[in-house]
Amino acid sequence: MTTTATRPGGGEERAAISARTLRTDRWWLAPLVTFIGLGAWVTYATVRVFMHKWFWVEEFHYLTPFYSPCLTDRCGDAAMFGTPLPNFFLIPEAAFTLPFLLLFRLTCYYYRKAYYRAFWLSPPACAVPDGHKSYSGETRFPLIFQNAHRYAFYAAMVISVINTWDAVLAQSTGLGLGNVILWVNVIMLWAYTLSCHSCRHIAGGRLKHFSKHPVRYRFWTFVSKLNTRHMQLAWITLGTLALTDFYIMGLAAEWFSDLRIIN
Amino acid sequence: MKRHFRVWRGDASGGDLRDFDVEVNEGEVVLDIIHRLQATQAPDLACRWNCKAGKCGSCSMEINGMPRLGCMTRMSTFTEDETITITPIRTFPVIRDLVTDVSFNYEKARETPAFAPPPGVAPGDYRMQQVDVERSQEFRKCIECFLCQNTCHVIRDHDENKPAFSGPRFFIRAAELDMHPLDDREDRKEHAQASQGLGYCNITKCCTEVCPEHIKITDNAIIPMKERVVDRRYDPLVWLGRKIFRRDELESASTKPSFPPIVNPSTANPSTVNPPMSSARLPQTAPVGPDGHMDIAELVAPQQGGLSPFGEDLEFPLPPEQIAYHHPDPDKTPDR
Amino acid sequence: MSSTIERHLYDVVVIGAGGAGLRAAIEARLAGKRTAIISKSLFGKAHTVMAEGGAAAAMGNVNSNDNWMVHFRDTMRGGKFLNNFRMAELHAKEAPERIWELETYGALFDRTKDGKISQRNFGGHEYPRLAHVGDRTGLELIRTLQQKIVSLQQEDFAETGSYESRIRVFQETTITELMLDGDRVAGAFGYYRESGEFLLFETPAVVLATGGVGRSYKVTSNSWEYTGDGHALALRSGATLINMEFLQFHPTGMVWPPSVKGILVTESVRGDGGVLRNSDGKRFMFDYVPDVFRKQYAETEEEGDRWYDDPDNNRRPPELLPRDEVARAINSEVKAGRGSPAGGVFLDVSTRLPAEQIIKRLPSMHHQFKELADVDITKEPMEVGPTCHYVMGGVEVDPDTGAAFGTVQGLFAAGEVSGGMHGSNRLGGNSLSDLLVFGKRAGEHAAAYVDTLGVRPKPAKIDVAAAAEVALAPLARAGGENPYTLQQDLQAVMGDLVGIIRRAGELTDAIKRLQELKARVANVSADGGRLYNPGWHLALDLRNMLVVSECTAKAALEREESRGGHTREDFPKMSPEWRRVNLVCSLDETGEVHLERKPVPRMRAELIDLFDRSELAKYMTDEELAEVEAE
Ligand SMILES: Cc1cc2nc3c(=O)[nH]c(=O)nc-3n(C[C@H](O)[C@H](O)[C@H](O)COP(=O)(O)OP(=O)(O)OC[C@H]3O[C@@H](n4cnc5c(N)ncnc54)[C@H](O)[C@@H]3O)c2cc1C
Ligand code: SF4
Ligand code: SF4
Ligand code: FES
Ligand code: FES
Repeated sequence: MTTTATRPGGGEERAAISARTLRTDRWWLAPLVTFIGLGAWVTYATVRVFMHKWFWVEEFHYLTPFYSPCLTDRCGDAAMFGTPLPNFFLIPEAAFTLPFLLLFRLTCYYYRKAYYRAFWLSPPACAVPDGHKSYSGETRFPLIFQNAHRYAFYAAMVISVINTWDAVLAQSTGLGLGNVILWVNVIMLWAYTLSCHSCRHIAGGRLKHFSKHPVRYRFWTFVSKLNTRHMQLAWITLGTLALTDFYIMGLAAEWFSDLRIIN
Repeated sequence: MKRHFRVWRGDASGGDLRDFDVEVNEGEVVLDIIHRLQATQAPDLACRWNCKAGKCGSCSMEINGMPRLGCMTRMSTFTEDETITITPIRTFPVIRDLVTDVSFNYEKARETPAFAPPPGVAPGDYRMQQVDVERSQEFRKCIECFLCQNTCHVIRDHDENKPAFSGPRFFIRAAELDMHPLDDREDRKEHAQASQGLGYCNITKCCTEVCPEHIKITDNAIIPMKERVVDRRYDPLVWLGRKIFRRDELESASTKPSFPPIVNPSTANPSTVNPPMSSARLPQTAPVGPDGHMDIAELVAPQQGGLSPFGEDLEFPLPPEQIAYHHPDPDKTPDR
Repeated sequence: MSSTIERHLYDVVVIGAGGAGLRAAIEARLAGKRTAIISKSLFGKAHTVMAEGGAAAAMGNVNSNDNWMVHFRDTMRGGKFLNNFRMAELHAKEAPERIWELETYGALFDRTKDGKISQRNFGGHEYPRLAHVGDRTGLELIRTLQQKIVSLQQEDFAETGSYESRIRVFQETTITELMLDGDRVAGAFGYYRESGEFLLFETPAVVLATGGVGRSYKVTSNSWEYTGDGHALALRSGATLINMEFLQFHPTGMVWPPSVKGILVTESVRGDGGVLRNSDGKRFMFDYVPDVFRKQYAETEEEGDRWYDDPDNNRRPPELLPRDEVARAINSEVKAGRGSPAGGVFLDVSTRLPAEQIIKRLPSMHHQFKELADVDITKEPMEVGPTCHYVMGGVEVDPDTGAAFGTVQGLFAAGEVSGGMHGSNRLGGNSLSDLLVFGKRAGEHAAAYVDTLGVRPKPAKIDVAAAAEVALAPLARAGGENPYTLQQDLQAVMGDLVGIIRRAGELTDAIKRLQELKARVANVSADGGRLYNPGWHLALDLRNMLVVSECTAKAALEREESRGGHTREDFPKMSPEWRRVNLVCSLDETGEVHLERKPVPRMRAELIDLFDRSELAKYMTDEELAEVEAE
């Protein structure tokens, strides 16, 4: 015997489900693997960058990407752009590029996804609750600076050129396994950099009419194809970077010697 | 063969998972099981569906915790002894059993400015190239199942973000229009950022993961929209280019009379707001126009203002025996 | 139950939010009327989303020989000359405008090289004519109209501060009864599915756009919405139905797995090169070309195959015959024991097109088979069989205005719920354009009708109370029959006895059983409360399904010939005498279905001239032909 003219029942409450998630698959596996993988890599890279040695193989002109371009007094013959920086243990040899590389990867759309999920748990996996009480996304400081990815991308293009130059220089000494590794690394770095979402946008994504810009449309199509593999490339380049560095460290420390094909 | 199911039953006042053993035949999907439940054990089990072919987006639910379409989840994807848990989608208020109140999405749809036809082009004279429409066509595949909206943690885990955040479904709508070759509006990116809450998205891609139409929501719509915002607001080279070549002036000189700027309808004179663009839920003001008068539609109606719930032909006061009115019970506090 | 009934006041109430309903509502709103749109499901999920192939309109973008006259001719041929010629004419003439209009609302059709709307081939259409978007044209259509309505609401908001000041959508709301004031429409009574609460729309004009009746069949491509509500509402308010015996069985529905039996495999599969084979691997359609179509269809596989690339110099393959022919052919093959394991035949594109082409042209079919049947259509053939798809019959309307015939005024109908346009068989793609053309007309004329009224009709209180009582009866009754069982029984009667191939004995039997069911439906009961209770909703829909089924069965028994969507085993030939007759259903005072013969309107001379005399001879009586000659 009610006389309400409004619709009852259209309550405001969500379904009362006590379980935080009802997912039965191993949803925690992917974030866990990411956590371990990224954690391990960052640790390795940090240790290596502050080691300040074993980065240059004089004989074959191999320079590890972690120290390129080499700008401190420690560099010796590895220095190609002079040595404007002092020897201080907190200053990495590649102090002008590493911050940009770090920024590039930190603001990369893929890595953002990876660490927001695996480190920040926001969310750890789909339909699994966020680990935080409140959330404002990338709307305000500091995360609004994720939008600086475009700057980082421009910088990364320059750095990729420097890395390519390193590989070319190393080539002047003949051909060894080290060269092959350097080249693979450089190619992968290019693939990763070109597959960047910002690159896709600049290449043609920003256009409204593809039909009026056939060349950019083809470039966009190419980048789009690479872009679908951006995640894979992100991991592959972590691998090739670490491998290149480790190989050169090994040579420099004389744990093993380069496998030479010519010379 | 009988299999074990747990189905959430209840309504806004509460509910729980009920156990059912249901016959399952070869080739069936989860929605078939729901239908069998309705026909045999629970005739009043509420569930939405229409097409049974993944085309209408009605049968959204959560199956073993994952947001999915009931009609597109084959039983053969589960092992034989697996218990299958079916719940309503969590992000929206529940109405009953598997049915939820998805009006949030329709409100957000209303706040997204519609297609602006190019002035001066007659119907039938629209010319567009296939390559130009393809990007927008991908987004128009959307069947509005709202699974992406449901799974997006921005509102799933933080109800308080609902007013400011439109959700992936409407990001693809904004992207669709921004990429539409003939759309005449240029401020869609600003709108996406300022009023749709594009910045809340942290591109964790859950929307893409659950989209039954396999729309690449994050890669093809959200990130490009974020990039387009960057173009206007943060890109150094674009900024420099504008300064040097005075592009902005050229641009603004060449564009047609542009749309009125984005204004907050609550502060602005309503009649100057061309498609309202605030996603903030505003208090409903009386429907008066700039002249302080009621909307004309109200005047031509035979009755102004709201209808009497009792009918127009009643005389007041009513004879007491006709009054349908309860005295409130003094011992009981109202439940809301 | 004395709960009050929510009341709303509108100028035009549109029942149905499919293509026809939305288009009508747009038109009524543009005419300045306060308009309500009512839909049983959520906004934008009406049946129209399921349409796949496309919308037929003679725009001539792909083949410039196409024009409205050719389209008109195809439509009449497809309907076996039983169509209301005026509707077919208006449809052919106005469809292109309506499609172009959609582009101004934001639709994105597939394009031709020169940037126009691309058009594809379809069964029964002489030229490529279907504007399409991959194979999700219906979705595009409904979404576009939905977004247009939103944009109108935004305009209203800018002007009045309220989105809903002129047009409002009542989703998940079912209308169970129309209210009359004398013989004028005065309102519509229904309930919110969500809460079970009642509401009453007071309105002088109602546009019915409720779609079809397919839910009375077990194997159907239609959803739960298609319970013939609009047909029944019209009947009960004094309007008439025509051509109810004509049901279209789509030749290619999925037959496996069992749970998806009936779900549609779009005709574009055949339009784009798919062929039908029996279990012997034979392309059997060549054996089933009827005489009336002999001239337009290829006789050899080679000729048929050449047609896809060079349609001007070759005749089309018989896989593209109108649907009724193909459905019957499949039925005969299966009966002769040459069917596929699951009781259908094979539809194969995998050997005809490269995989990437298939995925590009038929994305949702590829998706549908992959996900539902675990079949990769780029590698294997599909198994298909006939499924109940469309009802040609419906509310008898005035061709120009969409106003319902019969005793009632202020009732309009458009879309699948209206009858006459498609005659005895609908061509694929003609429905979507039909929705737009006649949706617009119905909306326009409903608005005009409201303007002619001096006083607003008012629903009578006792009618409202009676409607509420009827609606609550299944809940109040305890221990009655389960609505789901009743629905299954009804589906069994219709599927087995009033199916594709019909016989007098079975039809008589069906009518008897429907009477029995009627008694049982009067005793149906539903458990649970009023809150979103599907059992209760079904119980209420049952009586609509039943009355419409009865019309179909009675008309099927009466029409002693085979034509289009009506095949009588005992009268296998098409009869020119019967071509002149429409069967019209109405309800008499006691609520019994009453059947009546009415002459088919005669085509205007200039339209008749569009056809060859020899072609007319296949359809018309000698007497009619003589008259035609005389003119
Ligand atoms: C699988 C499939 C594929 C098709 N493919 C094509 C094609 O390629 N080309 C083509 O031209 N046609 C096609 N058709 C046919 C076409 O889609 C339909 O005929 C057409 O969509 C009907 O539209 P409508 O506007 O009349 O009604 P619908 O779109 O069906 O809408 C009916 C509306 O009425 C509402 N309603 C019903 N009863 C009530 C009630 N009692 N109270 C309130 N609301 C009610 C419903 O909720 C719904 O909103 C296809 C049909 C199907 C099923
Ligand atoms: S990618 Fe963005 S929009 Fe999509 S689910 Fe994640 S946060 Fe939400
Ligand atoms: S984008 Fe995908 S998930 Fe989101 S509503 Fe549309 S179809 Fe559903
Ligand atoms: S580098 Fe990953 S998106 Fe730019
Ligand atoms: S019922 Fe239409 S999507 Fe599942």
